Amino acid sequence: MRYLPLTDTDRQAMLAKIGASTIDDLFVDVPEVARLDGPIHGLPMHASEMAVERHMKKLAAKNLVAGEVPFFLGAGAYRHHVPASVDTIIQRGEFLTAYTPYQPEIAQGTLQMLFEFQTQVARLYGCAVANASLYDGSTACWEAVAMATRVTKRKRAVLSGALHPHYAEVVKTMAHYTGDEIADALPSITPDPELTGLIARIDEETACVVVQYPDILGRIADLTPVAEAAHAKGALLVVVNTEPVALGAIKSPGEMGADIVVGEGQSLGVGLQFGGPYLGLFAVRDPKHVRQMPGRLCGETTDAEGKRGFVLTLSTREQHIRREKATSNICTNSGLCALAFTVHMTLLGEKGLRELAAENHRLACLAADRLAKVPGVEVLNNGFFNEFTLMLGGRPARAIIRDLADRGVLGGVSLGRLYPGVAALEHALLVAVTETTTEEDIERLAEELEASIKETV
Amino acid sequence: MNAPNKSGWKPEMQVAESGFLGGPVTTTGNRGLMLEEPLLFEIGRADVTGVDLPEIDPSAPNRLGGLARSEAIGLVGLTEPETVRHYTRLSRQNYGIDLGFFPLGSCTMKHNPRLNEKMARLPGFADIHPLQPVGTVQGALEVMNELAHWLITLTGMHGVAMSPKAGAHGELCGMLCIRAALEARGDARDVVLVPESAHGTNPATAAFAGFRVEDIPATPEGRVDVAALKARLGPDVAAVMITNPNTCGLFEKDFREMADAVHAAGGFVYCDGANFNAIVGKVRPGDLGVDAMHINLHKTFSTPHGGGGPGSGPVVLSEALAPFGPMPFTARDGDGVVHLVEEESAAEFGHTQAFGRMTAFHGQMGMFTRALTYILSHGADGLKQVAEDAVLNANYILRSMEDILHAPFAASGPCMHEALFGDKDFTNGLSTLDVAKGLIDEGYHPMTVYFPLVVHGAMLVEPTETESKAAIDQFIAAFRGVVERALEGDEALKQAPYYSPRRRLDETGAARKPKLAYES
Repeated sequence: MRYLPLTDTDRQAMLAKIGASTIDDLFVDVPEVARLDGPIHGLPMHASEMAVERHMKKLAAKNLVAGEVPFFLGAGAYRHHVPASVDTIIQRGEFLTAYTPYQPEIAQGTLQMLFEFQTQVARLYGCAVANASLYDGSTACWEAVAMATRVTKRKRAVLSGALHPHYAEVVKTMAHYTGDEIADALPSITPDPELTGLIARIDEETACVVVQYPDILGRIADLTPVAEAAHAKGALLVVVNTEPVALGAIKSPGEMGADIVVGEGQSLGVGLQFGGPYLGLFAVRDPKHVRQMPGRLCGETTDAEGKRGFVLTLSTREQHIRREKATSNICTNSGLCALAFTVHMTLLGEKGLRELAAENHRLACLAADRLAKVPGVEVLNNGFFNEFTLMLGGRPARAIIRDLADRGVLGGVSLGRLYPGVAALEHALLVAVTETTTEEDIERLAEELEASIKETV
Repeated sequence: MNAPNKSGWKPEMQVAESGFLGGPVTTTGNRGLMLEEPLLFEIGRADVTGVDLPEIDPSAPNRLGGLARSEAIGLVGLTEPETVRHYTRLSRQNYGIDLGFFPLGSCTMKHNPRLNEKMARLPGFADIHPLQPVGTVQGALEVMNELAHWLITLTGMHGVAMSPKAGAHGELCGMLCIRAALEARGDARDVVLVPESAHGTNPATAAFAGFRVEDIPATPEGRVDVAALKARLGPDVAAVMITNPNTCGLFEKDFREMADAVHAAGGFVYCDGANFNAIVGKVRPGDLGVDAMHINLHKTFSTPHGGGGPGSGPVVLSEALAPFGPMPFTARDGDGVVHLVEEESAAEFGHTQAFGRMTAFHGQMGMFTRALTYILSHGADGLKQVAEDAVLNANYILRSMEDILHAPFAASGPCMHEALFGDKDFTNGLSTLDVAKGLIDEGYHPMTVYFPLVVHGAMLVEPTETESKAAIDQFIAAFRGVVERALEGDEALKQAPYYSPRRRLDETGAARKPKLAYES
């Protein structure tokens, strides 16, 4: 076995030192009922690197690779170009094979990187403090709701109808068991986000109102009135962002008065990876809320010689100290994805992120204009960043998407997939465009969509 | 006693007293290969980028709804050469498994095979979107299904929820399955019993899942007090959460008896599977009466820890709990086609009692490919050998240290994959922390310290199976050297480490006045 360094001679010598005659002497505490007479039956034996590689490649070949076809999917996971140096850096063994930095003297690499990451995220979100990451955007969304209930000592969260339905589902799943009350809704099919109705749902029992920006349909609106309305009732505004690149082009949630900003960081550095691992981002605008935050925080300090250094801090919030009174049960988070994000962000910088955002938006505008010319297709959105909603004139978007896939185009995400069983939404299609999209891709989508619509009665 | 070292270095070659620190002061603060690195925000510039993108056309119309950003974000950039150097320099201030022995108890720092990394990066896995039509991702679903099959078979369980993102998320998943099962039968039990030696995530998870947590004491021999557990069982007890092998490194030999008693009293048995690596391929938790157990793919199945994640925590479930597992999950139909079962197709697959959804998408696909690669490499025989070698290595360390270092449960019989020690014999105010820091100077990542809480000054040493005997012997020699200094009351140990990129850091100061972001 290529991964096991002990030889049989070593094993015998070690058993002798221990005073055991066979390895099973070390498993004497396993009750009779659970002892096995050999390797577990019905499973293959070990295999060479070459054999395993062959098997895995066979499985990989059964998937349609996003980068090989015109590709327009988004809805919380975006395909961006990741510079080659990002993967090189995250594969350095000192980062890849390190543990959570519990021994800061020999983990300054991870800790300084996290401090820089926290700073980048906080600035991107227009916040004071960001944590060292959570699992993904959807779990970060729940953590934000949970934090808001702690801060306000209220138990009701109002979700915007245009919050990603899977995020809403995660929040509702958790709230069911924590006894919190979640008021959710379906998205309204309107050219702009419907904020008046949302504001009307905020009351004196509301811990927080949760709004996605840009929202699930790709729309954007100034959330300042929502922040003001929430604050007037003593509630917090939680803003969810699933596309961090957007914040290179539009106002930050913090600027609009968001109290907690959470999101998915996958767009930068991480890649699609069929949905995971991703990167949960979490930040607060007001530093007074820091002690109610979930997850790890990295802070600056000095060492015994007075040199600057970094440590995990405020851990009295965390499970390993507070146990059942912790602010979250999270332990392992998304450290290596945070590294990928921060390296990508460092490569971009202020200038690069703004240019990247502008390029995404430019191509998205081109796509929207071109697709609007397809007979039977309308663009719903007034405003958008790099994702918008197409209305397919009464045709089921799911069937169209499957048909497009058969034509070699991954054309978007149908709302039918996201909201199964909701008839009012099944004719809508989400289309995302990034810097990886070419004008030829857009033309191809337009042509195939037109053909597909013609053939779908 | 000095550690054996085959590099040509001999103890007498060390510069007397001052060691490496006695050289001249440098202009840069660097010391040869040990390079100081400023913060990104001290070297980056707002107008510099390492990515070539089209210049912004300020006259281009936009559809940003009047929300175009007017304020600077406050980010800085570096060109590619500067970026690579910045992070390479930072990386060299880190300790990783690739560099050396990393005996962090309960965290299982085993070698991360590079084939796993290569396979996870195949475009067929790395470059597919979670919401692509399922017909275009059959290979990915097969990976999930194949891994699920291995996990179910290795544990002797009924089903597996694949989506939890890490161990603690898996714990939450398991406990929510229990809540859902209780709700389904209209049972209001709400107490969860957790041994005091448990990981902190256990009580935190139970509380997050809406349960009340009560402690169960340990026996002097380091196991759950079965009598106390049985005495506490009753109509209000929803579940027990037991780690097996436990955090003292011992197999809970009465696990089956405890599980039977819990079941007889109407409760469920959650097993914290953080230490499954000690028994993988050797013992099936299903045979011990477990109802739910999370498996840390980043521990037992070698996916990298990455400086704090990402992890992955699939939860294997008994027949009683499997119907309540969350969306999405994978199922294979009679024709061999793998389906992703989500909210809309749940009924079709008879999965109508799912408790909900734990994450936006399908779980940690990148970790699934790595774990499956590891599992296929080892096979049923190799995994059994993994458990055996991990346990052999830990016992070898236990028996090589117990003559000089307090080993509270050494008389309880063999340990499993980790050996537990305490600091009660140290003198002159020296403690476990000092030994840990002394080991840093010897070139080791310290063991887990001050956990579990049931032992004073706990030192939990987990070698894993991927260490050679020579590497373990050298560690033992170094460990003994540092422990002897602690027993003798060596004052110098209180200032250790001396040779790391940083000396001891002021953690109290960091918490008193938190500085959590760069301020220019």
